[in-house]
Amino acid sequence: MWSFSNIANNIHAWLGNNFNPTMTLVIEMVLAGVAVIGLFAGLGLVLVIMERKVSAWMQIRLGPNRVGPKGMLQSLADTIKLIVKEGLTPDGADKFLFNLAPFIAMIVAMLLMAPIAFAKDFQLWDLNIGVLFVSAVSSIMVISILMAGWASNNKYSLMGAMRSGAQIVSYELSAGLSILTIVVLSGSLSVSDIIYSQADGWWIFKGHIPVLIAFVTFIIAVTAETNRAPFDLAEAESELTAGFHTEYSGMKFALFFLAEYVNVFIVCAIGATLFLGGWMPFHIGSWEGFNQVMDYIPSSIWFFGKTFFLIFVIMWFRWTFPRLRIDQLLNLEWKYLLPISMINLLIVTAMAILKWHF
Amino acid sequence: MFEEVGTTPEGDMIINVGPQHPATHGVLHLVITLNGETIKKVEPHLGYIHRSIEKMCESLSYRQFIYVTSRMDYLSAHMNNHACAMCVEKGLQVEIPPRAQVIRVLMSELTRIASHELWWGAMAMDLGAFTPFFHAFRERESINDIMEETCGARLTMNYMVPGGVMHDLHPNFQQRVKAFMKLYKKKIHEYDEMVTGNIIFQNRMKNVGVLSANDAISYGCTGPTARGSGVSSDIRKLYPYEIYNTLEFDEVLETGGDSFARYMVRIREMQQSIRIIEQLIDNIPEGDFQTKTKAVLKLPKGEFYSRVETARGELGVYIVSEGGTTPYRIKFRSPGFSNLSVLNHISKGSKLGDLVAMMGTLDLVIPDIDR
Amino acid sequence: MTNEELKIKLAEILPSAIIEDGNEWIEIAIEPGEWLQSAKQLRKKEALQFNFLFCLTCIDWKTHLTMVYHLRSTIFHYNIVVKAKLDRDKPEIESVSNIWRTAEFHEREVFEMFGVNFLNHPDLRLLILPDGWEGKNPLRKDFEDPINMIRL
Repeated sequence: MWSFSNIANNIHAWLGNNFNPTMTLVIEMVLAGVAVIGLFAGLGLVLVIMERKVSAWMQIRLGPNRVGPKGMLQSLADTIKLIVKEGLTPDGADKFLFNLAPFIAMIVAMLLMAPIAFAKDFQLWDLNIGVLFVSAVSSIMVISILMAGWASNNKYSLMGAMRSGAQIVSYELSAGLSILTIVVLSGSLSVSDIIYSQADGWWIFKGHIPVLIAFVTFIIAVTAETNRAPFDLAEAESELTAGFHTEYSGMKFALFFLAEYVNVFIVCAIGATLFLGGWMPFHIGSWEGFNQVMDYIPSSIWFFGKTFFLIFVIMWFRWTFPRLRIDQLLNLEWKYLLPISMINLLIVTAMAILKWHF
Repeated sequence: MFEEVGTTPEGDMIINVGPQHPATHGVLHLVITLNGETIKKVEPHLGYIHRSIEKMCESLSYRQFIYVTSRMDYLSAHMNNHACAMCVEKGLQVEIPPRAQVIRVLMSELTRIASHELWWGAMAMDLGAFTPFFHAFRERESINDIMEETCGARLTMNYMVPGGVMHDLHPNFQQRVKAFMKLYKKKIHEYDEMVTGNIIFQNRMKNVGVLSANDAISYGCTGPTARGSGVSSDIRKLYPYEIYNTLEFDEVLETGGDSFARYMVRIREMQQSIRIIEQLIDNIPEGDFQTKTKAVLKLPKGEFYSRVETARGELGVYIVSEGGTTPYRIKFRSPGFSNLSVLNHISKGSKLGDLVAMMGTLDLVIPDIDR
Repeated sequence: MTNEELKIKLAEILPSAIIEDGNEWIEIAIEPGEWLQSAKQLRKKEALQFNFLFCLTCIDWKTHLTMVYHLRSTIFHYNIVVKAKLDRDKPEIESVSNIWRTAEFHEREVFEMFGVNFLNHPDLRLLILPDGWEGKNPLRKDFEDPINMIRL
């Protein structure tokens, strides 16, 4: 059957036959790097056009409809425009940090792609602490935002960066705690183990209400972590003009922009992996007939379907909710989400020990 | 001056909001003193769009100056023209025909709805919800089409002239207004679902920018800003003009005094305007739409003051005449100017994010403030 | 209360003012020196309570300036007009921004447009004109700006 893992294995075998082992490794690494960059750019384009179409649909308008069929090439045209645009650096800015910040944002987004399983047995790096890796690396994102805000030498940028710092540090907690519920249930930090533990049903169905609570907390927390509305205080267009990237233009702005979208993809991919079974088809217990029919749908379609569903949910938030205020945002985390997810984790742990889940 | 430099001697940060800023909807410049995110002082700097309309009017004839006033509060252009026309009529002592009166009231109320629609969308956008803007424009567009058909313009109508209105209504007018009202009634529930009932929105609005009734009076607030604080200030009720005293409608009052009360006043006012239009749309009297006046108008020596309720509050027109063909001095008492002066008072101690909520619910239109 | 009764009430508290029927409302002419005292009386007096200053402006009569205050009571709904004649070369009047807060902005506007000096105003600075404006006050009759002004 056609699948990503077969293609990868074929390439590996062909390289192994034609080159020596060191060369094979180097070529494979280059290939993986190119694939990640390609995916990074490709995802950016797809998600931007998707966001614009989704928002247009919600706002009773057509959205981009001039470039390419149904406007599908609009974001490509935008990218070309951003590439040829002059990248300004303000006079008072700290030039080194100012130019470094967008690259850190991009590198973080790329690093996060490493442990994600895009299809059955198709993963860049199945490291045994995959979930921990994702939580750890995604916190570096805040450094690039703080760097951008501070180095811009602009008060709006600085305020946006400070808001973002407070926000990401806070919401990291409940995101981490809701990830932990699944780790407790599946007994592993490895992404592939977590997916295989859902072979007889996704955690969101197997784990009763506590996992549902963890899922909702997770979605709220990652929306905040990726600075998406209604938690887009770091950008807060009407208050801070554009927040931390006020002073950025051209390709440096585009990198922030792409990194934001790729981050959305990644957190949704993690959400889909943990709660909705990743590439695992929809299985019901040991009902063999049904499970086999589901298995006919390729695993990559399952993965991307679930991920894009979650992305749609996050876009839906963005286009329907007003923005929270900074104190309300922190109240929500520290007074509601954090206590709820702590108690929830306790319940899930008890559930895991007593084997109350399916 | 330290204003442009960055910090006060006490170490508070100073931020210039505007003249170009997404939330000021024009060229308003606010110098904000911030302690962290908390506002200590808001100082408006005006004049970026000051055209000195008052001075300009001194060299324009009584027919000409009305056209300039459409450019003051461009969202209630009809009401601006209406106030000026009424003031000139007061001086000339002209009665205007009943048909013209009804047309004036109908147009004013349609403008009020259009203005509140725009405010609703723009205010939701300030709070970060983009979608309502487009939904508001859907309804507003059909009002603009009605205006375009009858007045020939969508924003600066210049439709009301001394003695009545400029043209008769377009034959389609009644039918299109009815179609608009049908659309509006069908869609009104979306407003509540999308914005009013939203918990985030309510948290952003409630207890934000609280203005007490006494302060509202002292600061000269009028219109929905004052009525949100429970101050009865509807000129249509207090000092009725045209045919408003024969119509059935309620003065909308809320007692909260916060941004949410001001919001609710405007939302409910739209429904009252619909009520007025419903009473009039089938009862437009036949007859002249204009009283014949002389080609060159001359007001007798004296002072004339007229006021109307625009979408933003009380607009006063004060004409001092020396008996010539041009006003000797003209003063526009614009609602926005007084409403803006309250901003510093109500924003003290709130967060920066609240400022946009307050500016949104004060409904600032910058050309109205600067004139 | 009819106009006549109102006139009697006003005459009681403003003995030195000239009270007459205007075009629309009662017009009171007062001396600038007495204005602050009279304003306090108009605002505080139980039976009057003119708590709403809805229009504040100035007129340049070429020989003198006239300050015009339009007052209204939100409780009794009377309107009155108060006028004070000022010297054109050195116009000075007491600020009423402590009595009606709205006067603060309106007086700043009159200050820059007509050059009236409001005594004891908390913050008498340019509001509309650009910082560092030098030259005549734009709304005075002898103001000329050959570049920006269009005469018909």
